[in-house]
Amino acid sequence: MAVAEAVTPDHPAPLRSNRRRVIRRILHNPLALTGLAVLAFAVFLAVFANWLAPHEPTQTQLDHAFAPPGTVGHLLGTDDLGRDVLSRIMFGLRASLHVGVLAVAFSLVVGVPLGLIAGYFRTIDALISRLTDLVLAFPFLILAVGLAAIRGASLGNAAIAIGIAQIPGMIRIVRSETLRLKSLDFVAAAVVEGAGDAWVLGRHILPNAGSAIIVQATVGIPAAILGEAVLSFLGLGIQPPAPSLGTMLADAQQFASRAPWAAVMPGVAIMLLTLAFNIVGDSLRDALDPKASRR
Amino acid sequence: MRRYLLNRLWQSAVTLVLATIVVFAGVRALPGDPALALAGEDRDPESLRAIRQQYGLDQSWIVQFWQFVSHAARGDLGQSIRTGAPVRSMIVSALPVTIELSVLAILIASVIGVGAGVVAAVRRGRPAEWAANALALLGLSVPHFWLGLMAILYLSVALGLFPASGFVPFFSNPVANLHHLILPALILGTGLAAVIMRQTRSSMLDALSADYIRTAEAKGLPARTVVGKHALRNSLIVVVTIVGLQLGALISGAVVTERIFALPGFGKLTVDAVFQRDYPVIQAVVLVTATAYIVINLLVDLLYSVIDPRIRVRGEA
Repeated sequence: MAVAEAVTPDHPAPLRSNRRRVIRRILHNPLALTGLAVLAFAVFLAVFANWLAPHEPTQTQLDHAFAPPGTVGHLLGTDDLGRDVLSRIMFGLRASLHVGVLAVAFSLVVGVPLGLIAGYFRTIDALISRLTDLVLAFPFLILAVGLAAIRGASLGNAAIAIGIAQIPGMIRIVRSETLRLKSLDFVAAAVVEGAGDAWVLGRHILPNAGSAIIVQATVGIPAAILGEAVLSFLGLGIQPPAPSLGTMLADAQQFASRAPWAAVMPGVAIMLLTLAFNIVGDSLRDALDPKASRR
Repeated sequence: MRRYLLNRLWQSAVTLVLATIVVFAGVRALPGDPALALAGEDRDPESLRAIRQQYGLDQSWIVQFWQFVSHAARGDLGQSIRTGAPVRSMIVSALPVTIELSVLAILIASVIGVGAGVVAAVRRGRPAEWAANALALLGLSVPHFWLGLMAILYLSVALGLFPASGFVPFFSNPVANLHHLILPALILGTGLAAVIMRQTRSSMLDALSADYIRTAEAKGLPARTVVGKHALRNSLIVVVTIVGLQLGALISGAVVTERIFALPGFGKLTVDAVFQRDYPVIQAVVLVTATAYIVINLLVDLLYSVIDPRIRVRGEA
């Protein structure tokens, strides 16, 4: 594993200098900086949507319906009910980021401990691996469909379904990192000194598996954002009239020939957001990879 | 090899049994009394009891589970609450659409992905690599259902190049069938193409710096032969691996793509069933998907070990 080789510090000092090197590499990568800037801007818009949005996202103005982009007061136009597309995109970004972070947090909370246990204790490994296979046997959308049927469609349930779908990937990454780190001398030394399993896992293995986990989480967020958009588009995620980029697209599909901007803009917003996350994730992975400098 | 095969078969069987239990338990976790749902308007206690008896709902869970499994094994997946039609025939008519769509998507994605990946590896540091990388990043980031909407809006409605929706069975008119499916397949294949491209590029880069390639070049073999031979051999492994890994995403993507292009496939059946709360259909659809996923994954793994002998060795170790 290329990523793995980058993070083989045997004691805390190299870990710190490693981190500095990674930050330096990111700061010297214009593409990564652009991605970070786009992300910062999106987060800013989402967090301060209440103050920044020119209109209430759910406010309908039927006499303003189908206003094209550039109309005074409606920079990105309005939809069939005269709702401001820009305001809805801002609040939609908030929902997207909310689900993205929630889903990845869920997969971290469940996946990291299970991955550590699977990698460290061979006896439980088989059981956890079977459970991972089981979750994988239900493709994300089928899982979400099942969950929506059982618990109803909502933002929270969408995040749970996406999070569950991401758990196997997280378990696998953490498991393989744990397996690798376990065989290294400094872990053996800690065990010889009498450190308990919990101490070794929490104090030696988890911190050193950190960068692999961060990369996986960075990749997980855009996937979750796309997942939320799909679920809301199908009507299985965030429920109208609450604005979500996915439901905006589902609505816009009905009148796309009449008001193409209502279908184009939310999609562009999703694309820029996921693109920025993917660029940052890629740059992070490259920065952590010693082979990257050769390529 | 035999041990690997048996081990892999055993794993798949265990997963399948667990998946069946999950589906069964999941349906029982649904809110509401299924007898009430089945009864519809007719809700007097007498007919409710008759329904419970008919569907075995008065039996214990163990008995119900056994009936569920034995019926499913015989291909009896129950009846739709909404239409009364056998779920099995609904699935049998929807599945070919989805399979054709997915196979077409995989073919398109393989051609684009392997082609772009080889170009990116061979033309390293030139605009061609940059363009291929940018396209792959875009392919991973763009929401496919949105791309589908845009394609319908601009290619189908505005330019009239493709039908915007609908489906024609292959055997009644192959040309019309492909005409209807090519755009959805292209859209479904974009994400897959991006993943295949990246993987092809990185495995080609590794391979091009390997000693035996340098030997081949030193011998004076033309670059075309070296790259061509290597690309062909490697790309097969890459495609099989990626398809195995991306199978879940492909199935999920097919559901959405069918929804956008109004294709009467498995995905449409699934989404409709959820909105109509047609529990027997939901149960069957989830079970069939999980089974298909497990079986295809098994096949991919076996195929993989045939193509790449190193996997067999690892599996036995």
